[in-house]
Amino acid sequence: MNGPLLEVADLNVIYKTYEGTVAAVNGVEFSLEAGRTLGLVGESGAGKTTTALSIMGLVPSPPGIITSGSVNFAGKNLLSFSEKEMKKIRGNHISMIFQDPMTSLNPVVTVGVQISEALVAHQNLSEAEAEKKAMEMLEKVQIPGQRYREYPHEFSGGMRQRVVIAMALACNPGLIIADEPTTALDVTIQAQVLELMRSLKEEFSTAMIMITHDLGVVGEVCDHVAVMYAGRIVETGSLEQIFGNARHPYTLGLFRCIPDIEEETSKIRPIEGLMPDPLDLPSGCPFHPRCPQCMDLCRTVVPGVLDDGGHRVMCHLYGKGGAVHG
Amino acid sequence: MLRYFLKRLMFLIPVLLGVSVVIFSIVHLAPGDPAEVMLGPSATQEEISSLREQLGLTKPLYVQYGIFLTNALKGDLGRSIKSNAPVVDEIMERFPATLTLAVLGMIFAIVIGLPLGILAALKQNTWVDALCSFFALVGFSIPNFWVGLMLMLLLSIYIPILPSSGFDSWKNFIMPTIVLGIQTMAVIARMTRSSMLEVIRQDYVRTARAKGISDRLVLTRHILGNVLIPVVTIAGIYFGHQLGGVVITETIFSIPGLGRLIVDAIRAQDYPVVQGGVLFFALCVGIVNLLVDLLYAVLDPRIKAQYRAAK
Amino acid sequence: MNNENGTLFAPSSCQTKEREKRRSPWWEVWRRLRRNKAAVVGMSVVILLVVVAVLSPVLAPYDPNQTNIKMRLQGPSSEHPLGTDNFGRDMLSRIIYGSRISLYVGFVAVGIGAVFGGILGAIGGYYGGRLDNFIMRCMDVLLAIPQIILAIAIVGALGTSLLNLMIAVGISQLPRYARVVRASALTVRGQEYVEAARAVGASDARIILENILPNCMAPIIVQSTLGVAQAILSAAALSFLGLGIQPPTAEWGSMLSSGRQFLRNAPYLTFFPGLAISVVVLALNIFGDGLRDSLDPKLRQ
Repeated sequence: MNGPLLEVADLNVIYKTYEGTVAAVNGVEFSLEAGRTLGLVGESGAGKTTTALSIMGLVPSPPGIITSGSVNFAGKNLLSFSEKEMKKIRGNHISMIFQDPMTSLNPVVTVGVQISEALVAHQNLSEAEAEKKAMEMLEKVQIPGQRYREYPHEFSGGMRQRVVIAMALACNPGLIIADEPTTALDVTIQAQVLELMRSLKEEFSTAMIMITHDLGVVGEVCDHVAVMYAGRIVETGSLEQIFGNARHPYTLGLFRCIPDIEEETSKIRPIEGLMPDPLDLPSGCPFHPRCPQCMDLCRTVVPGVLDDGGHRVMCHLYGKGGAVHG
Repeated sequence: MLRYFLKRLMFLIPVLLGVSVVIFSIVHLAPGDPAEVMLGPSATQEEISSLREQLGLTKPLYVQYGIFLTNALKGDLGRSIKSNAPVVDEIMERFPATLTLAVLGMIFAIVIGLPLGILAALKQNTWVDALCSFFALVGFSIPNFWVGLMLMLLLSIYIPILPSSGFDSWKNFIMPTIVLGIQTMAVIARMTRSSMLEVIRQDYVRTARAKGISDRLVLTRHILGNVLIPVVTIAGIYFGHQLGGVVITETIFSIPGLGRLIVDAIRAQDYPVVQGGVLFFALCVGIVNLLVDLLYAVLDPRIKAQYRAAK
Repeated sequence: MNNENGTLFAPSSCQTKEREKRRSPWWEVWRRLRRNKAAVVGMSVVILLVVVAVLSPVLAPYDPNQTNIKMRLQGPSSEHPLGTDNFGRDMLSRIIYGSRISLYVGFVAVGIGAVFGGILGAIGGYYGGRLDNFIMRCMDVLLAIPQIILAIAIVGALGTSLLNLMIAVGISQLPRYARVVRASALTVRGQEYVEAARAVGASDARIILENILPNCMAPIIVQSTLGVAQAILSAAALSFLGLGIQPPTAEWGSMLSSGRQFLRNAPYLTFFPGLAISVVVLALNIFGDGLRDSLDPKLRQ
């Protein structure tokens, strides 16, 4: 197959709430090649999960509306798919792993059934065959196969997340979206689970979108990075480009937040201010209120994107102006 | 797990004891005199006194209670003052009718209430939801004795297809079942709806949807399994109300059941029947609660594990 | 671009303003309630009921107890919009006056239940230990007896009168208020300011009143509203069985009971009183639900 596995273009998602319209995702664009891993980085509320849900077709529909954009997966625009067609994609070609393993699993259904039901639904296996395959999947995530008859409450947090990973990989999807899969886990378990994900990804040659707010995780697992702020992608590039030569002031700020073990300073250096209220986004560049290098232009005009050999930045400091958005 | 249930069974005993104390006190607080009532207004003072001696009414209250209790533990609830038949016999004679009604009412409540609640939740905030919720609310607010009378008017008088009294054919059961079950049906519908709304929001439902399995499977396997637990709880609680409701139902439809027995006994100051009857009702409620607990273990493996771990 | 000295993080001149939201919690409740159309309708009906009850003498066209044998068992007509009963009394007037009794019984019964139940719950929750255990066991005993039967037994023992009816219904509702207040007491008991208050010498009663009560105001209000609805139903049921308000007093339940024998020929005798009960109880339940929704934002979608 030629071209990227996943191409998201000009994605815009809003939520209509009682208090007003929330602009959750604004003109998001990125692409992902088969077998590669993209790290989607940003603080809480930046729109990362909504982007992921849009790809899956799981944006909660009464408040949420995808106003424009396209999500091309293997050449086809998922946003134009009917619900029935999307069901064939979910769990089958694209899987999603959610954040909290303590609540992501159904407490009254056995772990084995939660894995095998995807197999039964998508691969037309019989119950017995699916059961066998589910046991194999459990072994792959380093859980004894016989435990498939047990219930989620009999597993620890880390093990539950491994079950979730098994569920996601059961049908050998081309893409996995992992939404902060290790955030809710202890640090030592985090490392284990990440390592497991990495090796399985290699084994199955699955592409992955790793949503996280932790740059350390990105450094471990990802090939490419996209930095999100207030519903926009403000910088994107390969791992070397972003980690070695970050350009956008926000990205720089994120890196600065990580205390450097070699430096002598005792202060922690957070980025001043807070993420803007999505009901009332600032005009011009969304980061301008917190940007130490804010210029007059930044307040009124949304910056265009400068592409420098795959390293894209949305910032006036790097040239070309952009269209004015309300 | 057996240990847990034995423990629960043991807890039933103090409650039953408490009930017996309460009902004994209430009954004996009554200003009237059963002996007088029995003998009628023309009785002489000696006749009344001798009857009172006979019935053991002259002994101090705590002694009377002691006698009552020891006998009850032996399975003897005394004799009805009115009919002189053993209370236990009278209860057992009337019990099947009441039990049938209570069970039928419960079945009606679940069969109608559960789907109503599910439908309302699935179509939340649409007119379907509004209609179902309103229907449930109305069922909860309308006095069931009025419903009984109106049903009788409609189905026994205007369009005479159902009998209005008696207890021989299956037709006798239809109206009483509706009357008895309507309130519980409403409660179950409302509880199911709110439980469903709660469950639908849970992460694991989102996970299930993200796997691309059919909507039907998401509903039956993932949602309903979790919805039923609070519904079972409320159904169990309302069983008690249901037992109370039989009083009304039996009165309207002239059914010879336990409810009417107790009410008539209260009127006639036939205290052994009142004591025995209420105690029996409390026992039934206690057993149903135990069954509900058992059902929990079946529905929720976490609770089953808790039971197992209980010492 | 990068400044090693840290001036990258000098306070920026472009600061956004924080949105200020300062409203009293009760105002928020009222606002949410107003938006709930059904609750507003329920509340209006309840207010209407209170008005009718208070203004009964003015609104009723006839004396509710005025018998008129010549006019007995008349169907609805222009003179008697809801007909007359078997003593010739005007049904409309009787129903209007019935609202007084229903409201009275409802509120007093709930008052009794809430006050005594609340006290028991507060004591149990606050002091804990064996006292709490004992009180909770007593509540269990009350709950083990079906509500109606308990009420019937109490009325049977004390005799049929308005006061006894209210006491009976109140006692049968006791456990639910005890539960609510006890829950509130339990949360308060663990707080440090209780320790502080005790250290300063505040009496237990004062601590209870000032801390526990405000905490459980919301659920108590909701339970009470729903409780009045249920009390009206219970009182009507008891009267229907002949164990509550006795004739000739105009009470909706006992009107149903008297009208029962004329079901075939004069169905309006049972239709209208029952309708009245239904409407009132429905309104109270809708209002109570609306209150519950507006007092607990988590329940709203």
